[in-house]
Amino acid sequence: MEKLIEIKNLHASIDGKEILKGINLIVNPGEVHAIMGPNGSGKSTLSNVLVGHPAYTVTEGEVIYKGENLLALSPEERSHAGIFLSFQYPVEIAGVSMTNFMRAAINAKREAHGEPAMSAADFLKLMREKRALVNLDSKLANRSVNEGFSGGEKKRNEIFQMAMLEPTLSILDETDSGLDIDALRIVAEGVNKLKRPETSTIVITHYQRLLDYIKPDIVHVLYNGKIVKTAGPELALELEERGYDWIKNPQ
Amino acid sequence: MYNEKEYIGIFEQHRKLIDEPCAPLLNDKRDNAIRLFAEKGFPRTSDESYRHSAVAKLFATDYGLNIGRIENSINPHELFTCDVPNLHTRQEYIINDCYYRNTKNSTILPKGVLIGSLNDYAKSHAYMLSSYYNSLAKEGDSLAQLNTAFVQDGLLVYIPQNTEIEETIQLVMLLRSNIEIMSNRRILIILEEGAKANMLICDHAANNKQSLSTQVLEVFLKDGASLNLFELEETGAENNRISHLYVRQEKSSNFNHCNITLTNGFTRNNTHVMLSGEGAETNLTGLAICDKQQHTDNNTLVEHITAHCTSNELYKYILDEESTGVFTGKMYIHHNAQQTNSQQTNRNLCLTKCAHMYAQPQLEIYADDVKCSHGSTVGQLDENALFYMQQRGIPVDEARHLLMFAFAGEVIDNITIDALRDRLHILIEKRFRGELNRCKGCSLCK
Repeated sequence: MEKLIEIKNLHASIDGKEILKGINLIVNPGEVHAIMGPNGSGKSTLSNVLVGHPAYTVTEGEVIYKGENLLALSPEERSHAGIFLSFQYPVEIAGVSMTNFMRAAINAKREAHGEPAMSAADFLKLMREKRALVNLDSKLANRSVNEGFSGGEKKRNEIFQMAMLEPTLSILDETDSGLDIDALRIVAEGVNKLKRPETSTIVITHYQRLLDYIKPDIVHVLYNGKIVKTAGPELALELEERGYDWIKNPQ
Repeated sequence: MYNEKEYIGIFEQHRKLIDEPCAPLLNDKRDNAIRLFAEKGFPRTSDESYRHSAVAKLFATDYGLNIGRIENSINPHELFTCDVPNLHTRQEYIINDCYYRNTKNSTILPKGVLIGSLNDYAKSHAYMLSSYYNSLAKEGDSLAQLNTAFVQDGLLVYIPQNTEIEETIQLVMLLRSNIEIMSNRRILIILEEGAKANMLICDHAANNKQSLSTQVLEVFLKDGASLNLFELEETGAENNRISHLYVRQEKSSNFNHCNITLTNGFTRNNTHVMLSGEGAETNLTGLAICDKQQHTDNNTLVEHITAHCTSNELYKYILDEESTGVFTGKMYIHHNAQQTNSQQTNRNLCLTKCAHMYAQPQLEIYADDVKCSHGSTVGQLDENALFYMQQRGIPVDEARHLLMFAFAGEVIDNITIDALRDRLHILIEKRFRGELNRCKGCSLCK
């Protein structure tokens, strides 16, 4: 089986401060990986580096995605290649309607793949269809992107966008934070419905509870810029029970 | 280099020629105006209000002036077809500074409505117009005085009591010349009690030589009158404009103004609103989109003279490359103007390090029971929003356009004529894509 993404000895820094200190990770098609770890261990940095956030500098290592050098691609090219990040803090964009935003995104992707722009009727139909997946109110779709959305609505909106763009690799950065139990279930069910045999997911979370819904194949613990432990789903349960101290201070 | 002396010289030398085709009402104001102009001279950058706008240099060129009123053979119908679909307007034309009688206006105006050449009406309705013409502009700065001294024609809009003009009155000002030209235009708008009108003034140019237009608009809104006035400047880098808009509002009158500078060279827009009747409301909005070395200066003064009046201001600038924006907004609340509600917002985007924005919000309050606020910001596009859009696959240039478009939208959305608003959305999008890089004059509109 060909690897979907392979991260080799990845080092990255922000404002001259090294955050990632040699990450190694392979995700195969169809796999769900969970990355857990205490605050400040580099989880969000990893997701930002993978999507090409300009504030981070890769100082060493490489990332091969679908056989290509991912780090050479612009953020939008990575998106067109099927990488999607569900933001921990979705950005509010005043004055840009969800509809215009999504249409620009969909058509940019289609153009990159040599396909014609989607007709208005097809686009609206697709919006309706995908909205239902996460119970996103049609009123929200007419509003500005994330503006005035509640915390839960913002996260549902992220999954709605994921449904629209049908990524190959989805990175969910603390998608569970700020969600009540019902919202968590809706979001997780949305993610599960979107799962196809060839798509992979990296779930970044602090807590086991999201993993009750989105079942990981492999669980990693990131600490101090490195993956310090990798195991099966039982690791998440153990962390829930014992916390991170035993990883921080191995006896 | 032309200075004040040359202009006074031209005026004195050609006085007879200037007066000859004109109504006494226009001619009577010239002596005082040229005297005031001579006293004050061109505003200098040492004058606080012109600190960032060096206007004197605009007058240094040896412009042609059509004092002899030589008819030009331009047919505006061939040159200009308004490209706003579904915008059914009554079109009036001013070519350079000459009024052009549009024989295609077929609709019959309601009784008593006067729309047409200011000079003609100043002859036929001299008594009626005498209490209005120049009554506000006479207090204006030296550039308004220069306009009064030289002006020979323009447009009059007079709407009698309780009369509503449903069709938007569109004034198309076309500039067409093979030489450097100066044009002086005058617009007088009078709405009697309860009268209502929508008006759109478009500034177009089709010349590649330098031009300078001065225009003075005097607007009188009587009790309960309501005017929506939209101005769209869509000229080119060679075209410079100095505009003075004076508005006097009586009781419960309503004035909505939107001034859009889409393409231009150097623009100075002075707006002076006097709220002199209780319950009057004024909404001033403006949008300037500048690049290259464009310069746009909006200078507003809102005077709350009586109680219970409302004023809102929203001015936005998008400055790219080496362009300059200037905004001065003064709210002056007289001591009788209790229960004033006055708000001013100015937001600016500087897209490059070479773009400059000078913002000066000012408040002078002499009443003690008022609600006044102002705010001004200068910033860049939101990097987080840009990245968010890029992550969703939107190319960075497209993302920038979307954000700029959203920024401009707040002003455009105030335009109450649907067809015009929709068209402006398209024009602004084109502008951001560089497709309106320079005004192709009116070929654009074909």
